[in-house]
Amino acid sequence: MKIIGLIVAVLTGGLLVYAAEDFPAWSDPASPASTYLSPHFIEKTIEETSVPNIVTAVLADYRGFDTMFETTVIFSAGVAVFLLLRTSGPKTQQTRLYRHQLTGVTLRIKEGADLPPSDNFERIDRFWTPHDLIIKTVCRLLIPFIQLFGLYVIAHGHHSPGGGFQGGVILGASIILLAISHDLRTAVKRVAEKMDAVLCAIGVLIYAGTGALCLLLGLNFLDYKALAPVLHVDSIMARSHGILIVEIGVGIAVMFTMIWIYNNVSSGGKYNQGL
Amino acid sequence: MVWPIDLAVLTLVVMVAIGSLMVKDLLGAAILFGAYSFMMCLLWTVMGAVDVAFTEASVGAGVSTVFFVGAVFRTSRRTRD
Repeated sequence: MKIIGLIVAVLTGGLLVYAAEDFPAWSDPASPASTYLSPHFIEKTIEETSVPNIVTAVLADYRGFDTMFETTVIFSAGVAVFLLLRTSGPKTQQTRLYRHQLTGVTLRIKEGADLPPSDNFERIDRFWTPHDLIIKTVCRLLIPFIQLFGLYVIAHGHHSPGGGFQGGVILGASIILLAISHDLRTAVKRVAEKMDAVLCAIGVLIYAGTGALCLLLGLNFLDYKALAPVLHVDSIMARSHGILIVEIGVGIAVMFTMIWIYNNVSSGGKYNQGL
Repeated sequence: MVWPIDLAVLTLVVMVAIGSLMVKDLLGAAILFGAYSFMMCLLWTVMGAVDVAFTEASVGAGVSTVFFVGAVFRTSRRTRD
């Protein structure tokens, strides 16, 4: 089996190298991409969209349709992981043990009964790990800064490298860090499973809805010039603002998909205990 | 482009890529794959594609390594082939 795999890999690689021979030569000024496509983007992007970062303008405006389906791919990945892994079988544990952290008193809670209203209880089961003050404190200090940086990356994608995908991943990683440093329950208490599912769909909806709004206002799908009367700006700034709106949608979708995938993968779909 | 840095990063990319395929311990493979993503990120930066480098660093070296470690933690750490 290993030999067959090696042969297939070498054959595919050889075909790829053979096909790459037909590419235009590296930095060939006569190639189609360098004669009209790249010069147009390099010279006209600022005039047409007032976005200094050409990559963002191409990604979210000139080929916005493609990026919309990239977001859909990420959304589908989250849904696929959910459908494959999530189990909602009968709970095996009838009684659960909780310890009050301040006094050390351990309570046995029967099925269906509620805890006394206090945040100081921790669950004791076979996955219980000792409280680690340094890791928890450092992560608690770091997470707000990570989230602030994520928001900056989304909002500043027009001027510097970044945008919805990177910012969304950073925002999702901050919640994943919370789940790793504390435990999965702490993270799920803040970002519930239903919230993950609803918000990653809403992110895609913001993107597609912006496109549909342009369509309703009389221009092509995802042609942000149509948003100018709605946003009270001229048509060039409308393209810039349209990019920001769809980047926010991408950020929301990516952030909550990452959290959703992490929750399902790390707990094996049971949501009882993460890493 | 500074060629000694370029050469060192390219050599490391190839070494880490082969290592992540060869190693028997899946947790080690996940970590080597994260290192591979990070080397690729450096390579994108050297080539001036900062947006791609940023994506590679956040998605490839960051979150996907966590997903791999989570998957290894929930399944088995040793590979059979």
